[in-house]
This record gives sequence, C-alpha cells and structure tokens, in this order.
Amino acid sequence: MDTGQYLGVFLDEAKEHLQTLNDSIMQLEQEPDNEDCINEIFRAAHSMKGMAGTMGYKRMQDLTHHIEDVFSDVRNGELKIDSGMVDTLFQCLDAVQAYVDNITETQDEGTEENANLIKALADIRANKGGGGGAAPAEEAAPAQEAAPAPEMVDPSDDSPMWSRMRLEPNVKSHLDESVKEGKHVFGMTVQIYDSCVLKAARAFLVFKGLEEIGEIAMSDPSTQDIEDERFENSFSLLLITEEEDIEKAIAIAKDVSEIEKVEGGTFDVEHAKTTDDEEAEEAAPAAQQAAPQAAPAQEAPKAAPAAQPPAAAPKQPPAESGAGGAKKPVGKPVVNRTVRVDIEKLDVIMNQVSELIIAKNSLISAAQAAETTNNVVTERIEYLENVTTELHQSVMNVRMVPLENTLQKFPRMIRDLQKSLGKKFELTMTGEDTEMDRTVVDEIGDPLMHLLRNSADHGIEMPDVRTERGKTETGEIFLHAFQDGNSVVIEIGDDGNGIDAEAVKNKAIEKGVVTAEQAQVLTEQQCVELLFAPGFSTAQVLTEISGRGVGLDVVKSKVESLNGEVTVKTKLGEGSTWTIRLPLTLAIIQSLMVVVGGEKYAIPLDAIQTIEDVDPKDIELVSNKEVITLRGNVCPLVRMNEVLDNETTRDPNENMVVVVVRKGEQQAGLIIDELIGQLEIVIKPLGKYTSKARFLSGATILGDGEIALILDPNALI
Amino acid sequence: MDALRDTADLGELVQYIVIKLGDERYGIPIKYIDNIVKMQQVTRIPKAEEYLKGVLNIRGEIVPVMSLRLRMEMETDEITDQTCIIILRPDNVELFGIIIDAVDRVLTLGAKQIEKVSPSQNSTRKDAGFVSGVGKYEDGLVSILDLDALSLEKAENERKDKKE
Repeated sequence: MDTGQYLGVFLDEAKEHLQTLNDSIMQLEQEPDNEDCINEIFRAAHSMKGMAGTMGYKRMQDLTHHIEDVFSDVRNGELKIDSGMVDTLFQCLDAVQAYVDNITETQDEGTEENANLIKALADIRANKGGGGGAAPAEEAAPAQEAAPAPEMVDPSDDSPMWSRMRLEPNVKSHLDESVKEGKHVFGMTVQIYDSCVLKAARAFLVFKGLEEIGEIAMSDPSTQDIEDERFENSFSLLLITEEEDIEKAIAIAKDVSEIEKVEGGTFDVEHAKTTDDEEAEEAAPAAQQAAPQAAPAQEAPKAAPAAQPPAAAPKQPPAESGAGGAKKPVGKPVVNRTVRVDIEKLDVIMNQVSELIIAKNSLISAAQAAETTNNVVTERIEYLENVTTELHQSVMNVRMVPLENTLQKFPRMIRDLQKSLGKKFELTMTGEDTEMDRTVVDEIGDPLMHLLRNSADHGIEMPDVRTERGKTETGEIFLHAFQDGNSVVIEIGDDGNGIDAEAVKNKAIEKGVVTAEQAQVLTEQQCVELLFAPGFSTAQVLTEISGRGVGLDVVKSKVESLNGEVTVKTKLGEGSTWTIRLPLTLAIIQSLMVVVGGEKYAIPLDAIQTIEDVDPKDIELVSNKEVITLRGNVCPLVRMNEVLDNETTRDPNENMVVVVVRKGEQQAGLIIDELIGQLEIVIKPLGKYTSKARFLSGATILGDGEIALILDPNALI
Repeated sequence: MDALRDTADLGELVQYIVIKLGDERYGIPIKYIDNIVKMQQVTRIPKAEEYLKGVLNIRGEIVPVMSLRLRMEMETDEITDQTCIIILRPDNVELFGIIIDAVDRVLTLGAKQIEKVSPSQNSTRKDAGFVSGVGKYEDGLVSILDLDALSLEKAENERKDKKE
C-alpha cells in the first residue's frame, strides 16, 4: 500500500496542528479563561489523536489522547490552567514533535513511550489543578537514536538493500548468462536527499549514467515506478557490466547532484533469491524486503479478529496491507508536465478575470444603450463574450484539483476503524475525480473524516444486531461525490441505525442546548439537526473514534465557512445520509436578473429550479401562509416586495412570475415583478456593517456601473 | 493668506474641506477624502438603518453611502444641484460615503486655531458626538468632524448598545 502518500498529508497536518497547539497554549497561559482557545486546543489534540491512530502510530496517539483528556477536564471547568501545567503541556508538545520528526525521517514513530509525561498528565487530572509538576526535560524527547535508520527498516537484517533484492526468474537466467560470458554483476543502492524535489529526474540521470558502462538488469522499485516518482528516497538496482570494479559505477551515480549516498558491491547471482522462492516462504518476516517502505505494519489480515494484539501485527505479511477492504485499484498515474504556481498568483489572475467580465458587461450595455444596429459590433461583442467565458473557465480549471487527494486516506481509516470497533463494514467511494477549487479541497478533508467516523461509530450496528434486523452482517458506508450544476455535492452515509430524533432531543435538553419548551415544538428533522449544535454527543460511551462530539459543529462551521451547507436525512433503523453541498467557484456565478419594485436583484442560477407563471386564483392558504401546488408539491410563496420593503409594480389580478428556488429538499416560490435574463456576475462583499439582512449574500456591479444586490435563496426558504 | 504667514504660531497646519449642512459648516481633513462625486442614484439596501441610503460603485468597489443629516439626527436631505457625496477613507475603517448639502471651500487651519471639544460639552447639540473640535477662521466657526464616530462600525456598536 502506498502509505507514502498518506504520510505526506499526515505530516503536513500534524505540523499544522502542532503549531496551533503551541500558539493556543501560549495564548492560554496569558488568558487562562479563554474558552475559544481551550476549544481550539481540544480540537487540535483530538484531530491529532485521530490522525495518529489512523496511521497506526500508537505511542503518539496515546500521548495526544492524554493531552486531549486534560483539556476535556479544562473545558468542563473541572481543571484550572496554571503555569506548571503549561510547562508539562509544552514538554508533551515537544515529545509529539519528536515523534513527528522521527516519522519524517524514518516513517517510524520510534520506541519512546513518554511514560513520564503521560503520568504527569494523569497527575494533573488527578490533582485537578494541583500543578502536576514538570517532568524532567530529557524525558520529553523520545530518543532519536532509538529510531531505526532509514535503510534498516528490518532491524534483523542489516545487509545492504541491494543484496536483498529478489530476482524475477527471467532476470535470474539473464544474469546467469552474463556471468558465464565473463561480465560482472554489481548491486547498488542509491539514496537521494530527502529535500530533493525531482527524485525521478535524479534517478533517471543515475540510470542514464550507468547505462553508459553496462546494462541495468533490474531495479527495485521497478523503472516504471521510479519514473512516476513512486518511491521513497532510495532505490536499488543490478548492473551488468564489463568493468572490473564497482567504484566506477558508484562514482557515476555520485556525480548526479542531490544524491546522498551510494552503496554497492558484487551481487551474488548464484545465491540470489527469486520471487518464486518468496511465494514459498509466505508470511516470513523476510517479506519486508519486498516492500521496504511499508508503513509500520499495524494491519492484521482481514479475517483476523479485531482483538488481535498490536504486538503481533509486525509478524503479519505486509503484503496484506495493500488489500484494504475498500481500497480501489488505483490506475497508474499519467506522468504530468506541471508547473508549480503560488495560489496567490492564481487569485490575482482570478480578480483580473473578474474585472474583465465587468468590463465586458459594460461594453454590452453600452452597445445596447447606443442601439447599435451594426452587425459587426454585435458579432464582435458576442465573440468577446465567448472568450471571456472561456478564459474564466480556464482560470477556474487551473485552480481545480480532484477530490481524490483528500479521499485517499479514508479507506485505510475505515479499515482500521473496523478493527478497533469490532464491527464489519465496507466503504464504497464514487466520484473521486470530481474537481473542486483547491482551497475548498484543502479544507474539506476534516469534515468528511468526521462524518465517516460518525457513520462507522454511531451508524453501523454490531454484526449480531444487524443480523437480527435482517440486514447483511457487513454494513455499508458510502461516499459519493458529484457535480450538480454550479455546486459539488458530497454524500456520506451508512445503512446502519439511523438517528433517533427522540434521543437527540432528550440529550439536547439535558445538555442545555434547548429548553424543554423549545424542544416541544421541534419537528423530527429539527431535532436531528440539533446534532450540529456545539458541544453535543449522543454516544453513551466515549470512544477513541468519534470522541466527545466536537465533530459535528466543526463540520457545520467548516462547511459554512466555505459558503456551503450540510444537511442530514435519516430513517431510524435504516441509516442516515449527510449531504454537503459546496459552491464550485467562489467569485463568479451565473445568475438570473429580476426586477422587484423597480429595483434589480440577482438570484444565483444554481438555486433556481423552475420559473412559473401563476394565476393569483391558484394561491391557497395553509396555516395562514400562501402556497401553490406545483406538480403535486406544495410550494410556499414569498412575496419579494414585502421582504425587500418596496412596492410591486404588478396589478394584483395579473398572472404572477414565480421563481421556484430550492435548498436541499425544501423549495419556495419567490414572487417577483419581472424577469430580465441570465447574467454572469462577479460577487462583491457588501461590507461588514452594511447588510443586516440575511437574505442578501452580496452585491454585483452591472454593465452600466449600477449595483444590483444578490439574493440568498437559502435564507428565504 | 494670513494663516500661512504665521505658521510658527499656529502649530501643525492641516487642510480641510469645509462642507455645508443647513446653516452649519463642518470641516473634514483633506487626507481622509478619497473622492467627491455629484449626488446620484444609490442602490437601496432593504432593511438597513434609515441613515444608510444605499451603496455606490466607486471604481469597482461597493461603498456604503449614508446621509450625514440623518446620521446626526437632523431633518431629511433636500436634494439640490449642490448636493454631493463625499467618499471618505479613514484609517482602519472601510471606505464610506456621506451625503452633504454642498461643498463650501478648502481651508487651512493650524492646530492652535482649533479648540478641542469633548462630547460632554455643549451636549445639547445633536451633532455633539460627531465633532472633535471647533476651528475659527475669518468667516466664523467650523466644526471638525470626527470620522471615526461617523463610521458604520461605530453606528453598529451604538445600535447594539441600544438593544442591550
């Protein structure tokens, strides 16, 4: 399995969380009562714990779990921050940092348990503010030397990597022949610097150099993988050459820049093991050699019971690790020719495109105002319109990346969750290639992870319960991503227990999220949505997986910060589906321009379902609200002139223009005066203090320089 | 020109735009003025405070425009061909515009020609909270506007205080 890819993400995120923790604890020392700060620390520690667990770094997970516990007490007001405690916490962060450093260097967290720190944290909790006492500094940092050196992944075998290569049978026969012809076979292991950006290119130069003096019989990883940069920092190869001495070959390889070290020696062709041998010695620890980069093997084979002690895990053949329950076979990535560009530069281009579109719109209205009948002018303007639209598309595309990068880490997580929860479920994912704006993709990972964990932990029932309910023993968890108009929809759900609205309601009352009177009037759906309130968790027992309910309010606020929305649909006993809807682009949208009371307003096109011509006689009253029936659906009406405080220009007996907008499953009909038409608009903020009305999401500048306000249909439903 | 001759005695010199609002004259430091445009149609913001007349497009930026008269609780503006919108760019606050009756002149005043007033003084006047000092010049007195006090941010806070 390609843990290397997850590892990068893990390390990036771990560093970010560590930074947050450092900053926040610092701030907390100054203002011990800062609740936001405490929550921030709690969430960061919680995410770290989860990530470390997912990656199989038990010790790091354990330590962060203890940090989280302390902040859980702080958050509940059972514990007061003091400076002794802050000292201990900083030592813990250093220890976590040391884990991360070890992982960066060797992909292993090391063996330092930090028992003293954990004890110090436990003392803090036990004393409830008694200071806890600082653990000696030298205990804080896990011994760096305890971590195995990179080239010695398997500590039991310290022979150089090249000597442990396994030959394909045909390579073996080829080598045998070459030896007979009097040629020499050398093995080499080349180590590239960690910091090297173009590993594949460096490797290629090594290959090219060596091919001048001989023939490369094979390499590990394969040449194809090396070209695609699917290797860590080292690779091994076998060289058939007429040269007597390996030194020349080593010198050639060392000549290439950014090569850290090259080892080599005569390869013992006669005693070399072939891949056939390997199959024979299944499950032998030596299998490590085939995949020296495999992550610290935590995976038990799928069939193994969940209770498998972790100590036994390294004995399991790492080859199994690739067979993650839900891991889809990943096609070989196409070699891309790419340029790295700072995202800010793209933002600048995007802004300029926005200006261009405004300029184009003004040209159009100028031409209309002049009532030009010149065909050439209209033709040219149409051409300009095409070009600007395409330019906008292209710039957007440049900023778009597939969701894949974010989704990749989930199969492994689900697999590990199965084990720790003792449940059976499978993850199916579709639409990994759905593309979204880079900033959105970067941000959406955490919320998705929370929802998946929720499904696994709270959704899916234990196997015996499932059988009892007549479901398959193995639960289904799914993640579907797809583009829907101008938004991207990500659905996450399961066929598990569903959400018990009553339980949620009672819990909410107990937690003080709502009062009993307020709860009385809530619909079932509204009860379920209480889950998104801060500080909420329905799990009876706190578990490692979904913890203490920091999840859902984070999910909601994150999604909303991206201008998206999250909804949940659930049926008790049948499962739940969470739907996240995000805008494809943040700055430029297609809109429908309408007139209400002589003023122009824009309605985002992707929120609009239909436009209806309604006879006023068709309006009915349901609990004193105006509704119409559209194709069997009852649709509440909103008189926009009342919302916007102006006078409609329509005769009340005349047919009405109704724009039907939707938000999830709900819809509403907005009664407007006139339609103008479709227009591509650039969203501008209205200013912090200008708009108190929630139904306005911004403003836009029209072709003639006039400003039109943008309506937010979500707020009108 | 008297003012320029006696620079040594007047302290730091600041240029002001003097505007008219009814019979009153107000001074605004010139460095905070971004632009002066003739009165034009602004886009109304529904459900906004009464003094917030709407938003205006200034070089692609959406700028809120308020009526200085209504902000200072005076009677409603009477739009004439003298009416202007002054776009202000105070430090650390969003760009905003104020509607005024007319622009009178540019005036240079030394720091010593301005008498500081605190809001508690002459609190009977409606504009008391918005004036930071009173300047003297040959034609009379000019009240120096406190732009921070005028800003929408401040207005928002006032509104919140009232609620509480």
